[in-house]
Amino acid sequence: MRRWLGRQLHLVDFTLGALMRRKGRNFMLLTVYTLVIFMLASVMFLGSALRHEAATALKGAPEVTVQNMVMGRHALSPPEWVERLSRIRGARNVHGRLWGYFYDQANGANYTLMVPPPHARDIAVREGETVIGASVARLREVHRTGYLFLLSPAGKLFRLKVARTLPHRSELLSADLVLLSEKDFRTFFNLKPRDGFTDIALAVRNSNEVPTVVNKITRILPGARVITREDVLRTYENVFSWREGIVLAMLAAALVAFAIFAFDKASGLSAEERREIGILKAVGWETSDIIAMKLWEGGIVSAFALVFGVAAAYAHVFLLDAGLLAPVLKGWAVLYPDFSLTPVIDRMQLLTLAFVTVVPFTVATLVPVWKAAITDPDIVMR
Amino acid sequence: MIRLERVTRIHNEGRPNAVTAVDDVSLELPDRRVTVLRGPSGSGKTTLLTLVGCLARPTRGRIWLDDELISALPERFMTEVRRRTFGFIFQRFNLVRGVSALENVMLPAYPAGEPHAALKARAQALLERFHLRDRMHEKAELLSGGEAQRVAIARALINDPAWIIADEPTASLDTSLVERFLAEVRDLAKAGKSIIITSHDPRVWQADVVDRIVTMQDGRIVSVEDVGKAPAAAAGREGSPP
Repeated sequence: MRRWLGRQLHLVDFTLGALMRRKGRNFMLLTVYTLVIFMLASVMFLGSALRHEAATALKGAPEVTVQNMVMGRHALSPPEWVERLSRIRGARNVHGRLWGYFYDQANGANYTLMVPPPHARDIAVREGETVIGASVARLREVHRTGYLFLLSPAGKLFRLKVARTLPHRSELLSADLVLLSEKDFRTFFNLKPRDGFTDIALAVRNSNEVPTVVNKITRILPGARVITREDVLRTYENVFSWREGIVLAMLAAALVAFAIFAFDKASGLSAEERREIGILKAVGWETSDIIAMKLWEGGIVSAFALVFGVAAAYAHVFLLDAGLLAPVLKGWAVLYPDFSLTPVIDRMQLLTLAFVTVVPFTVATLVPVWKAAITDPDIVMR
Repeated sequence: MIRLERVTRIHNEGRPNAVTAVDDVSLELPDRRVTVLRGPSGSGKTTLLTLVGCLARPTRGRIWLDDELISALPERFMTEVRRRTFGFIFQRFNLVRGVSALENVMLPAYPAGEPHAALKARAQALLERFHLRDRMHEKAELLSGGEAQRVAIARALINDPAWIIADEPTASLDTSLVERFLAEVRDLAKAGKSIIITSHDPRVWQADVVDRIVTMQDGRIVSVEDVGKAPAAAAGREGSPP
């Protein structure tokens, strides 16, 4: 064991020297390798950070939402549903929600207008006032006047005093949000109290009971659509995973190209390298020593590429807000959410990344390495 | 002792460009002697040396090292024998470029896995013995011809082999360096090393240190002369059949 360890230390030592001796060629390989890992790691980091962000932001969302469906389309929920759903054991905070979309023609942006839930006192809004998302504030430059002007669907101009802007940390979900009082909301959309609510939200005392409560709602309101918080989270995950999958599929082509490049590099041994291998074998190195040396070489290049690529991807995603990938993974919108991602790194993800990059590289170089290692030692005598 | 029994080596056997480099050679190389293989270019000296030094296998015939049949050993064991038994001084010294003289000397010992510090100390001692103390950290390509040769000799000695094999060691050296090389050979012979040298340089095979001269032509042995103090061993069984 000691002898084996000593042998490996000598091999690593010699390999490091060999890498430095051919630094031009190895630098090129390292650069391409790092770039591939950087792209893959960026996609993985951004995808998982977005999923994490969505999960964090959705923590405050209602556990169950009930929507009225008419001819398969979402319609307003009658106000008496609130009373009927309140009678379900295990359900609490049953309340009608008012929200809708507003298209701002002047800016080509969609806003979500919403009345804050009654129990959310921290975002309560008084009549004539509004609380808005950071992106809306930026787009409408509310800092100039302190007011938000909206033209209602009926053509009436609304002037709302901006009480405050929602914090950046919630921007993934609140970028396009305009919160207003129930009275202002109903006036804006010309909605009467008897028309009901956009949907009904409720919480469940015991989170394990969510499926039971959902069953009860389905029995009470057979035509209604019942959406749980998990459903919403899953939709977010699916959207991000789908986008991530598309990008990774595109990057797979880059990975294959890199494997071919690595194979080509490893196959193209220079006369100097062949001579060097011949000398080493002539002075007593075994074929396995040469293979081990070449594997160490690949391992060292891989390790550096992995560290550099992952570090660069970390900086790109978490410090520079993933400028290169954000349009693909965050989505396209006029109100572009401008939020800082919380660094989330999954060990499994790193292992996967190492596996999908190091393994193709090693496999691609194995055959050329073996061919080089079986160089006849008498080459040095010819 | 190394014994060759009817050894033939054909390069590119079975192809149109097949060449018989060594042809049915039988030879005994006694221990602790300096043997010179001489002959014109293409006579098979270097090929015979590669066969003796386990750098290549004979196409036919057998090679024995003492009582061990080394020509039939699997590659791994043949390498082990090569590393343990032989030290090589190549024609163009074949030092690894870009690597220091010190590391070049250490290279043959790497597979043995000896601790770095001990190995380094041994390599330094060897380089000091060959008056290369100040040049040990110099890259191989920056050494002069004489220095490179002394590094090559030090490298050949790092595993303390019983046999030293030198292929045309004086081919690119001036007279003073040839004298210096012969002095090194003399020291090695005194230290009990068995030495085989291929050379067509008369300054080598006329040197007093040489015990035996084997002359080759067209892949065959044409004569074996004992010129030194020691008698030839089993001279009757040597040579190539007519």
